[in-house]
Amino acid sequence: MFRRKREAGDFGAEIEAHIELEVERLREQGLGEEEARTAARRAFGNVTRAQENFYESGRWSWWDQFWQDIRYGVRMLRKAPGFTAVAVLTIALGIGATTAIFSLVDATLLHPLPYPNPEQLVSVQQDLPDVGAVDAGMSEPEWQDFARSGIFEYVSPIGGGDVNLTGWSQPARVRFYNIAPNYFALVGVKPQLGHSFNPEDHTPGFTLEVLLSDGLWKRDFGSDPGILGKSVRLDNDLYRVIGVMPPGYQDPGRTADERHIEMWLASGFAGAPAPVPQRDLRIFPEVIARIKSGLTVAQAQSRVDALVAALQKQFPVEYPSQNSRKVRLVPLKETIVGNARQTLILLLGAVGLVLLIGCVNVANLQLARASARGREMAIRQALGAPRSRLIRQLLTESLLLAFLGGIAGLAILLVAKPFLLRMVPQSLPQLNAVAINWTVLLFALVSSLVAGAIFGLAPALHAGKLDLTTALKEGTRGTSDSGEQARTRRVLVVTEFALSLVLMIAAGLLLRSFADLLNVRPGFNPQKVMALRMWLPVPNDPETDIYRRVEQEAPFLREIVRRGLTAPGVQEIALSDMAGVPLAHARTDLNPYALTLEGSATPSNQAPLVYASRVTPGYFHLLGITLLRGRFFGAADDEKASAVAVINEAFARTYLPDGDALGKHFKLNRVRGGSTNATWITVVGVVADARTESLADAGMPQIYLSLYQRTAKDLTILLRGQLDAAATPVAMREQVQTVNPELPVFGARMLNDAMSASLSERRFSMEIVALFGVTALLLAMLGIYGVISYIVNARTREIGIRLALGAQSRNILRMVLREGMTLAIAGAAVGLACALVVSHLMAGLLYGVRPTDPVTFAGVALLLIGVALLACYFPARRAIQVDPLTALRHD
Amino acid sequence: MSTRESRERLELLQGTLDLLILRTLIFGSQHGQGIARAIQQTSAEELLVEHGALYPALQRLEERAWISAKWGTSSNNRKARFYALTPAGRKQLARETTKWNRLTAAIGRVLEAEEG
Repeated sequence: MFRRKREAGDFGAEIEAHIELEVERLREQGLGEEEARTAARRAFGNVTRAQENFYESGRWSWWDQFWQDIRYGVRMLRKAPGFTAVAVLTIALGIGATTAIFSLVDATLLHPLPYPNPEQLVSVQQDLPDVGAVDAGMSEPEWQDFARSGIFEYVSPIGGGDVNLTGWSQPARVRFYNIAPNYFALVGVKPQLGHSFNPEDHTPGFTLEVLLSDGLWKRDFGSDPGILGKSVRLDNDLYRVIGVMPPGYQDPGRTADERHIEMWLASGFAGAPAPVPQRDLRIFPEVIARIKSGLTVAQAQSRVDALVAALQKQFPVEYPSQNSRKVRLVPLKETIVGNARQTLILLLGAVGLVLLIGCVNVANLQLARASARGREMAIRQALGAPRSRLIRQLLTESLLLAFLGGIAGLAILLVAKPFLLRMVPQSLPQLNAVAINWTVLLFALVSSLVAGAIFGLAPALHAGKLDLTTALKEGTRGTSDSGEQARTRRVLVVTEFALSLVLMIAAGLLLRSFADLLNVRPGFNPQKVMALRMWLPVPNDPETDIYRRVEQEAPFLREIVRRGLTAPGVQEIALSDMAGVPLAHARTDLNPYALTLEGSATPSNQAPLVYASRVTPGYFHLLGITLLRGRFFGAADDEKASAVAVINEAFARTYLPDGDALGKHFKLNRVRGGSTNATWITVVGVVADARTESLADAGMPQIYLSLYQRTAKDLTILLRGQLDAAATPVAMREQVQTVNPELPVFGARMLNDAMSASLSERRFSMEIVALFGVTALLLAMLGIYGVISYIVNARTREIGIRLALGAQSRNILRMVLREGMTLAIAGAAVGLACALVVSHLMAGLLYGVRPTDPVTFAGVALLLIGVALLACYFPARRAIQVDPLTALRHD
Repeated sequence: MSTRESRERLELLQGTLDLLILRTLIFGSQHGQGIARAIQQTSAEELLVEHGALYPALQRLEERAWISAKWGTSSNNRKARFYALTPAGRKQLARETTKWNRLTAAIGRVLEAEEG
């Protein structure tokens, strides 16, 4: 579209042709060659003017002038390599960083989930408002209600777990998803090899077929193309491999673990090993669905509401009140990226501020340069360039600069990409690979141009306001400090300070939150503790399970404890289920129970949900959990003794507030799976609260049960002592396998590491914002340094006169510093006001500090002013070293 | 030659050149010099067409798609850019002619009334 429709040369040729034709005609009339030519030209009139008319009539003069400006701009930038380098680098860093964060945002927030028609995918979440349970899972009959409702194409429960993979290579522990056979039809992904489960299969119990992930197939099966139809042994049962999922396939899970599943087992759920279906036995922790095409989420939701209301009338016992059940359809993407959104938006905001500060800096540099170019501008204007033309020229130069900066920024980004990607914590959902795609490129281009417009505007407008006479006169004297320009530069520096302060305060608040979390007393001691996982197989036929009953499992566990203590370096050992491992378990590892207190009349289906972990007697001492009242478990609390529990203070406070909790009785009914014929449990001890769920969560009610009285398959071995990261797991595995050679021992992890991993997302956002904050501080420092130097230079003559007239150098120093401090303090004041707004917006990311934390606010403001003082000191020193004589001759 | 120069010609009214060009092209495609010549001849040498002014007008008409242009060879075997009337140009000519006739008639009436 920017091509001229008709070249000027073509037009010229036409005129040439015209004149030739006219000459010919005149000669036919009898004129001589020369005479005819003159006459023809005379008749034509002014050829040049005709050509100019033609040129200007085209809209293309704009484009030509633009090119002219670009060419001129390139020459100008080349002439000032120092300025160009600094400006391009500043913009490059700003654009590079902004684009980097944006590519993260693009991959997580802006892209739809990488499945076909992702807008139809929802998570079906059930709340039980009467008992205060949110997202409480779903029972088999409830799942069937939705599957048959006609609202959804497919509905599939998702359960997760680990399974022992044996009979192939080394015994291994493999993460699997237990799903309905329609799961892959629901998600819409086909295997790369073989086929998926038959979505219409409704056989109760496990279908003895398995799908493998690409990673597992390559790692443990050597990419065997003939794998299909072969059998693998999972927890002692044989499964036939029917397919291999494509590389890069990820499940729509909430955590990194849930997204990197290695095996999929389908189940009809209604039969063994799943328990007999019951409406209030909510065995599915999670259910996802694909809405029928043509229905929106809102329409589907209103149909679900109607269905739930109808079911409530049909089953008054299971759903005693209107409020007993609420089902929400949450877009699947929301469940995956919901938590990351706030962090990402914070980062994008922070990096945007850095870019803005960079722009202000370049604007400042350009203003300084503009005053040097004042004479050039004045001459152009004197030669007849209209103001609009000058403004356009300067803006073009700025855009050119921004464009170069943007290109350089992208180049930096491409080089640094592998390094940057490693910094991104696993917990950030990256279902779509972070990539420099067209959206990201467009973003980089647009942000460069916007940046160019921002930092180009002030200098350009100044050029437009140039007063010809004074500029030319000043120009001859070599200085050109118009008062207005100095004012603009001061405003820019104040802006820069304000922006930096906002960023630094955000960083400061995050830093304090993080420090508070690190210094929080977790209520347990993670030092020198190692957790090792060990999983007892769950065969599909319970009769073949050698650890089925507690009488079978407890002796085995006692043997493990006894043998474990003989391993080198081990001073203490305890066993627990996954829920008992502090900070290292997934949501699906938790076992919610319905709590029935003795003497309470609450019907079982309205009972509050509580979490329990099963532990051996050594657990509390090993983890350093403090006993407040009563006693810990002892060796006597075994399978033959009556059931006992230890509770934490939060539990006692919440559920047993009256009198001493010791000796009270309660029943626990499993909400998901397991038997429901619960026995009374007696409270024998109260321990202090430990932050085993999340460091940020102080008092979660918690029950500890004796592992010798309740079976658990998801076992963890906890060790304390002088442990070796490599040798201890091997020694432990040997000990376990002498008892049962089929059991894998895996997933060794120091609790310290688990603890810092639990903070990885916070650490990531804190580090990035802090990095940006420091960058902003440096830029602000450069900015104020530049302005004060400039002011000192411009006033050299004045300072010289003052010194000559006897002013003390102390006074001069004070004068210059006061100038700088005024700017810094004004900037800090504006920044504090803005920071108050911003810090409230990020309240959700803070821990332990209020968004108005006075220490952070005051500290950062003082730091910034201190830095400003330092930055002003050097130009001020130059000012007092001015030699009055040179200064007076300066101009 | 000298007689032609001495005789004072009529300057074209603003905006009438377009109309004359369109009218001239109704007899077939023609190059710029030919158009200028034709106007001069058909007006019995009364109208003065400054050749230089002709081309911006042609440019304008071409941009509005009333005429189209392509390079060709003139009767005496010279390269020249030939202009032709487009269907849109034909309609425009009809419109402009009607307007012009109404205008001249109206002006004529006014002038006559004043005389009488």
